[in-house]
Amino acid sequence: MANDILVFAEVRDGTFKRISAEMISAAKELAKKTGGGVAVAVVGNGVDAVAGEAASYPVDKVYTVKSPNLDTYSTQGYAQALLAVIAEADPAIVLFGATAMGKDLSSRTAAATGAALMTDCTEIDFDDGTLKATRPVYSGKVYAHVEASKEGLKMASIRPNIFPAAEKSGNSAASTDVSVNIDAASIKAKVLEVVASTTGRKDVTEAEIVVSGGRSLKSEENFKILEDLADAIGASVGASRAAVDAGYQPHSRQVGQTGKVVNPKLYIAVGISGAIQHLVGMRTSKVIVAINKDASAPIFQYADYGIDGDLFEVVPILTEEFKKLLGTA
Amino acid sequence: MKIGVMVKNVPDTESKIKLSADRKSIEMQGVKFVMNTYDEFAVEEALQLKEKLGADTTVTVFSLGPERLVETLRTALAMGADAAVHLTDPAFEGGDSIANAKVLAKAAEAEGFDLILGGKQGIDFDSAQTLSAVAEFLGMGQAQVVTDIEVGGDNTSLKVRRRIEGGDEIVDVTLPAIISCEKGLNEPRYASLPGIMKAKKKEIKKLGLSELGLSADEVGAAGSGTQVVGYSPLKERPPVKMLEGGPAEQAKELVRLLREEAKVL
Repeated sequence: MANDILVFAEVRDGTFKRISAEMISAAKELAKKTGGGVAVAVVGNGVDAVAGEAASYPVDKVYTVKSPNLDTYSTQGYAQALLAVIAEADPAIVLFGATAMGKDLSSRTAAATGAALMTDCTEIDFDDGTLKATRPVYSGKVYAHVEASKEGLKMASIRPNIFPAAEKSGNSAASTDVSVNIDAASIKAKVLEVVASTTGRKDVTEAEIVVSGGRSLKSEENFKILEDLADAIGASVGASRAAVDAGYQPHSRQVGQTGKVVNPKLYIAVGISGAIQHLVGMRTSKVIVAINKDASAPIFQYADYGIDGDLFEVVPILTEEFKKLLGTA
Repeated sequence: MKIGVMVKNVPDTESKIKLSADRKSIEMQGVKFVMNTYDEFAVEEALQLKEKLGADTTVTVFSLGPERLVETLRTALAMGADAAVHLTDPAFEGGDSIANAKVLAKAAEAEGFDLILGGKQGIDFDSAQTLSAVAEFLGMGQAQVVTDIEVGGDNTSLKVRRRIEGGDEIVDVTLPAIISCEKGLNEPRYASLPGIMKAKKKEIKKLGLSELGLSADEVGAAGSGTQVVGYSPLKERPPVKMLEGGPAEQAKELVRLLREEAKVL
């Protein structure tokens, strides 16, 4: 139906990613305004279990596309599959998580369908007959308000941690298998291997709590105190550019303009002065804590709670307090 | 190998972004523009491939937009690119990423590139859409956010490493293809003085709507599915609450506030 909202389900390692449950929440909100239903597209190989899981959320319909050639993510394979679902479902809006996969696939499918696309949105609404979004631009220094043309298909990708993840409702939504012949030769870029990072933690962009350290940590070994703090509260560990450039942490953990943009519910900046390069990567976090021994550090202007003190004294005590509170000792 | 690199320029990362009084636009007066950070990695990678693959490899840089882009094209030429193309036409103004991708794809198609490189995103509008759309319009394979490129023995494929959440994908890419570049791929070089002198003399080809065989309604604002209707500043945070006492009191109070006041634990 041309007023439905279609959610592209991100599946990695056979897991329905949390971001897709967040997109179901976003879709439910939009569907109230468009007067349509919510459908989910599940694409892959051997995804029956995931499709069943998708159907247990409060959605109206699940579309699946299954093929051995969809075993791992590929832009062209997944685009063909999603285009087939779009043709079948005829949605008004398609939603993606603003993740590596969602951003990659959304721009390719928008170009193929001529859809209006808004990436990396932090607010989204359907009003006055069209899709309206707010998105950070200029590395998060200002917000742009963007509107889609009223006619035609609309697509958006939304940042993680903006919408709460939808809860499973014990639903079993109707499922339709969309048959497409995905020709292996049509996929010009094929994933040979996925190399998981060795940190054993969630990516900083996906975490609800991020603990980041700066150059004041003084060494790679000293990051251990942040790892301990992160363990106590189930956080991921990030780093400032200065700490990454000094070799204390890998670039995959860098938060900021030339690293990752994070949006957790709690961000704890430890020994980070708050250069603009770092601030633009974390200042949309819901609650920000800064720990720094320089009381005039700019980070305090952006923090909700500040501790003016020596991180090597404060952090271990804080870790113990968190353990007491949360029983994670 | 024929390599194309798509570049743009953006406000220097240190610049303050000021909104116009009606908040419909951004004040660009006095803003210093530099080559987009991620595009520098793309230019550098193209030059390194040329050095590796030999003299029959050419590097052509492309840019779409206003006159100020000429400076960035000159920078790329000074770094060592062979040729530069400036896509400019009043009809291109106000285009969103997908509309701009149509123009870039048309220009690239005429050149018959084996490989097109660009930055993973422009650090102005931060959309990360354009290259993927160009790949779709050209029917090419793509790999985005790439931190390593290895050319296959027969120069017909690449093995690249791309960053995803929590790890990397190793991707085999059949050429022709489009690759978007991430920090970590290389260390961009500075232009040498002889390079800068030589670049001054090189011609920058200008192509507009009619040369590219496009019509005005498919590009620019007219060909865009989205439009920016205004801007707003970031929300101000209330003043920071500094916690008093020694480390033990501060830590205890923080944990209490996070649970009881901020309710994030």
